[in-house]
Amino acid sequence: MTELYTEGAPIADEKAPAGPINERWDKRRFSARLVNPANRRKLSVIIVGTGLAGASAAATMGEAGYHVKSFCYQDSPRRAHSIAAQGGINAAKNYRNDGDSIHRLFYDTVKGGDFRSRESNVYRLSQVSVEIIDQCVAQGVPFAREYGGLLDNRSFGGVQVSRTFYARGQTGQQLLIGAYQALERQVAAGTVEMNTRHEMLELIVVDGRARGIVARDMVTGEIETHFADAVVLASGGYGNVFFLSTNAMGCNVTASWRAHRKGAHFANPCYTQIHPTCIPVSGEYQSKLTLMSESLRNDGRIWVPKETGDQRDPREIPEDERDYYLERIYPSFGNLVPRDIASRAAKNVCDEGRGVGPGGLGVYLDFADAIKRMGRPAVEAKYGNLFDMYQRITGENPYEVPMRIYPAVHYTMGGLWVDYDLQSSIPGLFVTGEANFSDHGANRLGASALMQGLADGYFVLPNTINDYLADGPFDALDETTPEAKEAADSVRARIDKLLSIDGERTVDSIHKELGHIMWEYCGMERSEEGLRKAIDRIRELREEFWTNVKVLGSNDELNQALEKAGRVADFLELGELMCIDALHRRESCGGHFRAESQTEDGEALRHDDEFAYVAAWEFTGTGEPPVLHKEALEYEYVEMKQRSYK
Amino acid sequence: MNITLRVWRQKGRDDEGRMVTYKVEDVNPDMSFLEMLDVLNEKLTLSGEDPVAFDHDCREGICGACGVVINGVAHGPENTTTCQLHMRSFKDGDEITIEPWRAKAFPVVKDLVVDRGSFDRVIQAGGYISAPTGTAPDAHATPVPKADADRAFDAATCIGCGACVAACPNASGMLFTAAKITHLGSMPQGQPEREARVINMINQHDAEDFGGCTNIGECAAVCPKGIPLDTISQLNRDLLGALASSKPE
Repeated sequence: MTELYTEGAPIADEKAPAGPINERWDKRRFSARLVNPANRRKLSVIIVGTGLAGASAAATMGEAGYHVKSFCYQDSPRRAHSIAAQGGINAAKNYRNDGDSIHRLFYDTVKGGDFRSRESNVYRLSQVSVEIIDQCVAQGVPFAREYGGLLDNRSFGGVQVSRTFYARGQTGQQLLIGAYQALERQVAAGTVEMNTRHEMLELIVVDGRARGIVARDMVTGEIETHFADAVVLASGGYGNVFFLSTNAMGCNVTASWRAHRKGAHFANPCYTQIHPTCIPVSGEYQSKLTLMSESLRNDGRIWVPKETGDQRDPREIPEDERDYYLERIYPSFGNLVPRDIASRAAKNVCDEGRGVGPGGLGVYLDFADAIKRMGRPAVEAKYGNLFDMYQRITGENPYEVPMRIYPAVHYTMGGLWVDYDLQSSIPGLFVTGEANFSDHGANRLGASALMQGLADGYFVLPNTINDYLADGPFDALDETTPEAKEAADSVRARIDKLLSIDGERTVDSIHKELGHIMWEYCGMERSEEGLRKAIDRIRELREEFWTNVKVLGSNDELNQALEKAGRVADFLELGELMCIDALHRRESCGGHFRAESQTEDGEALRHDDEFAYVAAWEFTGTGEPPVLHKEALEYEYVEMKQRSYK
Repeated sequence: MNITLRVWRQKGRDDEGRMVTYKVEDVNPDMSFLEMLDVLNEKLTLSGEDPVAFDHDCREGICGACGVVINGVAHGPENTTTCQLHMRSFKDGDEITIEPWRAKAFPVVKDLVVDRGSFDRVIQAGGYISAPTGTAPDAHATPVPKADADRAFDAATCIGCGACVAACPNASGMLFTAAKITHLGSMPQGQPEREARVINMINQHDAEDFGGCTNIGECAAVCPKGIPLDTISQLNRDLLGALASSKPE
């Protein structure tokens, strides 16, 4: 495999303090240098992205007195995709008196991540979780409450306590609006300068430090250079490399990928989460997939017909000709096995030809028994909004006919490598939220993404970035600085190239083809043979893109095809790295399942002796072998075990 | 099914717009409305014609980015967001007219894309609770009666899409403003700034050239999130109270 990558020196997280795990965050906060309030005004920070991780950081840094420049590609910061999160946010408040604690949240998260995350980071996340709820309540986030006026909780997949705070099925929306309002308050106060409809297209590195970005004004097409003393990427995940995912249409990897090309290591890119309960694809025109909250698995029963090619109406298939395969294979967890396991089981039965619905890519999620047991009104009260959403999208009534579901790409655990301070391998470049890799290991638990985004933005970054900024302000720069000029010129050249190819294929058609390759070979199950094939095909497709794509119009206008083309160009490079990462990791862990590494009964098999490390990749050129840097993972507080849900 | 579209095309903010007719064939009833526009755009691109620009992002009805006027109704016939409208709501041979939101406070950027920055500025004027990070008491320090929390939540579900403005004959942004006033004003945390908030937000609303509210109710009729019209009554009550005690900042 050496032709695909080379191995470089190991790396280590040098910022995480040693000592008892519950004292490490306190220690780091104390050892990090401070910037006095009068000096903060002289220091500036660029923050790219306004989701939970970006908006919370921008608001908090603005409140602290720094000069913040915030960027988002949407027309308003309130539209970032954190808004779509449904279920909830975890916090170790132990308001239920059910034995929860910071240590238990830490333990559940490390185990759920299949022992591929850092203990120090996860412990800090659990500690900070408590403060997040307080902060959001103070902002007026309307969490669900009980009649006594106190906060309600519910439980979520993979855990045995009720620690999830929620706002009906719109928790992400309410948390994001809270952060957005705090951000707009700082805009009004003049500490944050908001740049909407701006897309970061390049990172500016001067004297080894991240000092700015090149951004395109998406309305006028102007290529702008922006400078600061530090740059923060809070630009989200890269699930759209699969074309179809639960991400918003605009979600992209460009900010992260441009930073990667400038020297930031990309860690564990192959760790992607495929969510089991999404509405299946209905045709080739499909543009995105919609998630149905996994809470449905509490009462719905998942099945397929026992016989292949059974085309009968599901209601006419008698009980003894149905295969409730999760209940059969995993009798103790049944329909509530973790996300990765439920997804792969659905793929397996469809591969056997027993899938249902158009193209045979679906399984039934049946509420007939629940309706019999609880009565329709109770089911309506619990799941009504989800049933309505399903009916709106599919035109089928789930109270009458079983729902059809299928797994879909949902979240990416991989991302830019960061140390304990959330600083990447480029000094002055910090990465927060889904864009970094640090807290979820190889699999993320439900209701933990919101927790991490807000932990990073409200509490972690504002306490660690000071230590870097204490050395500033750095030399003043402008667009004539050679590194800035070079970066802006390269952006212009790339845009000119995209507009001049004038080939035969639309951006979307190439993006769809890339998505098919990734889904087929780097999706729920990966194999050496498949991944090698995928790498060859991605290289060919990249070649085709740069010679045969058709992008109309010009740069100096709102040009949505041009925006998409730039993003797809970067996905075409990322896809290759994901396959190389998946190929080199010859074990199964969390969301990464290698066909060659399974137990006798088909379960994921980790190889802790060989692969208990973070794979941090260094860029060496498009299509050139990247360099692998390993960061060893050590577990002092949680014993490494193979997961079992049987 | 085969559909005829009449679509508003406008090159830029200061250009003149016009309606252009396109035929879209073999439309699948299970397609979403925006997927039907995707198909049109693929076809236009291959034939060398500039694709139609429209705002959209999450395509699951929550981000508020999408929104066009379909046959004269904001977001079309199903009382949902444009992205959640499906072609099964139409029939073979239909002619569908598609226009951008039209309001002085929402200038057209291109084709069906408008600038809704005025909404952000209304929020900047006071649509928040001042609670800097790190200053919060324990979340259970202040119980909130469930009825108040539910009322706040119902108002807080506003997605800021702007359909209320597009539907209003006065192009008023009152439902949007009232939703935020009601959300924050229903919570104990929102009380200290309640009077200043309503005055400052209304002043900004007017400065943005939104029209006045004359209680027509078209806004609530098209709102995809069902923001109730009585939030505007709440706003009016708060405003009267605030003006009477006259201590705006």
